Amino acid sequence: MTRISEEQVRHVAHLARLAVTDEEVHKFTEQLDAIITFAEQLNELDTSNVKPTSHVLDMKNVLREDKSAPGLDREDVLKNAPDQQDGQIRVPSIIE
Amino acid sequence: MSLFDHKLNEIQSMLHKKEITIPDLVDESFKRISAVDGDVKAFLTLDEENARNQAKELQESGKTGILNGVPIGVKDNIVTKGLRTTAASQILYNFDPIYDATVVNKLREAGTITVGKLNMDEFAMGSSTENSSFQKTRNPWNLDRVPGGSSGGSAASVAAGEVPFSLGSDTGGSIRQPASFCGVVGMKPTYGRVSRFGLIAFASSLDQIGPITRNVEDNAHLLEAIVGVDPYDTTSANVAGESFAKNLTGDVKGLRIAVPKEYLGEGVSEEVKQSVLAALKVLEGQGASWEEVSLPHSKYGVATYYLLASSEASSNLARFDGIRYGYRAENAENLIDLYKKTRAEGFGDEVKRRIMLGTFALSSGYYDAYYKKAQQVRTLIKKDFEDVFENYDVIIGPTTPTPAFKIGEIIDDPLTMYANDILTIPVNLAGVPGISIPCGFSDGMPLGLQIIGRHFDEKTVYRVAHAYEQATDFHKEKPEL
Repeated sequence: MTRISEEQVRHVAHLARLAVTDEEVHKFTEQLDAIITFAEQLNELDTSNVKPTSHVLDMKNVLREDKSAPGLDREDVLKNAPDQQDGQIRVPSIIE
Repeated sequence: MSLFDHKLNEIQSMLHKKEITIPDLVDESFKRISAVDGDVKAFLTLDEENARNQAKELQESGKTGILNGVPIGVKDNIVTKGLRTTAASQILYNFDPIYDATVVNKLREAGTITVGKLNMDEFAMGSSTENSSFQKTRNPWNLDRVPGGSSGGSAASVAAGEVPFSLGSDTGGSIRQPASFCGVVGMKPTYGRVSRFGLIAFASSLDQIGPITRNVEDNAHLLEAIVGVDPYDTTSANVAGESFAKNLTGDVKGLRIAVPKEYLGEGVSEEVKQSVLAALKVLEGQGASWEEVSLPHSKYGVATYYLLASSEASSNLARFDGIRYGYRAENAENLIDLYKKTRAEGFGDEVKRRIMLGTFALSSGYYDAYYKKAQQVRTLIKKDFEDVFENYDVIIGPTTPTPAFKIGEIIDDPLTMYANDILTIPVNLAGVPGISIPCGFSDGMPLGLQIIGRHFDEKTVYRVAHAYEQATDFHKEKPEL
């Protein structure tokens, strides 16, 4: 039985903001299906009373004083922008 | 004989006696790079002019210190102000960082000289450095073989004598596995030991920066220079600084070693097993004792890791959208189209595969079955280590099941590639420190011994590694290039 369909792969690619060709959808479906099938070995373990670990260190909130500090220099920030105009980063139209 | 065949304390003594100068050290590095990097292809970017200027300044300054004036290579996922940093990805092909990573600031304080940036698997995703979108790095011991990954450039550059040491990063074995494949010393510190500020994030709950060197003592010196709590990384731990190098006493009398049977089991080659057993004999001869133990959830490590690391990566890599920096696709119809085209053209196959896997594992309806399940198994794996460390000081096993494989041999088979990290992954999941040191050869290719310690007990790990190194000559062997 396959765990993941081509339709699901297209949906996941959309969520991940990745353009995919038909050929890629086919390849990723096969590969992800193999990886997910492999990952299902975890179901051999009963974890009903196990707490999840998201972080290994016993660490609570780390707080700092809330005080203002200089931000990044505008010229520095724009240095890496692929497109810019009048000191702003330029992007395609976002309103239809 | 190269200047870099000397340990750091010998280099400093030569500098002190004016037998050599700091510009000589930098010169040695660039001479070697121009002689062998055409074959090894460890470096992505060189910073020769700056390095030579810094060498002159440091020589004139009269500054001293164990690392002062020594050339270093830095993995290309660690940002360096004004020096191109790509994470070996097309999506950052022209990225010019506007600040330095905390480790880079610390290196500057210690006086090292960065000669260039080192090749890696794209975004540190891979075990062979074949996933670099720029070039394939080759193993200095045999140019047809991979150097391991993802810190392949970091390990190969040290093995090839291009630099005396380098920095790598380790999420599931990315320092230890290439160190093993290239016959050098690689340390993955305790999670939280070294600030991750300025490390391009792959899986934030697993990533750690660490040193790759030719010997254990130098490794301890380099780690000492980069540890510490950092206000810019809230996961950096506030633990007291300590001298790792000063504690290299050579004494392992009474040390209790655990050897997990899973680490000498199925899939581990006979020569690898024999080299580990021989290493245990050496340590026994020095007064340590060892017993077989079990880390029963080891076999679930790879599946757990790929679900967790990919989930974290799918979130971390969302920032690469073509807006503020890096590559941007042309002819996009609208904003969503711009994101999709930019990411499709900018990321390589393995990165896309992991983003897709992670997005799937986190998506509605699958989160509990995959992501949360993996987090629960992580708890079990972590507990395996805690149980063993109640009765033992260190855990010892091989770093990898086999020596370096051939370039192209398994690149099209993700699951076989992932299995390479079966012995290193549990260490990241548990967050404990682990080192790989040379412990033999198989068909002319180096083998690595992995020594794993308790949280924040790098001191013991180094002491054991150093004691073993004193009794053996494997680390003195050099590849013919």
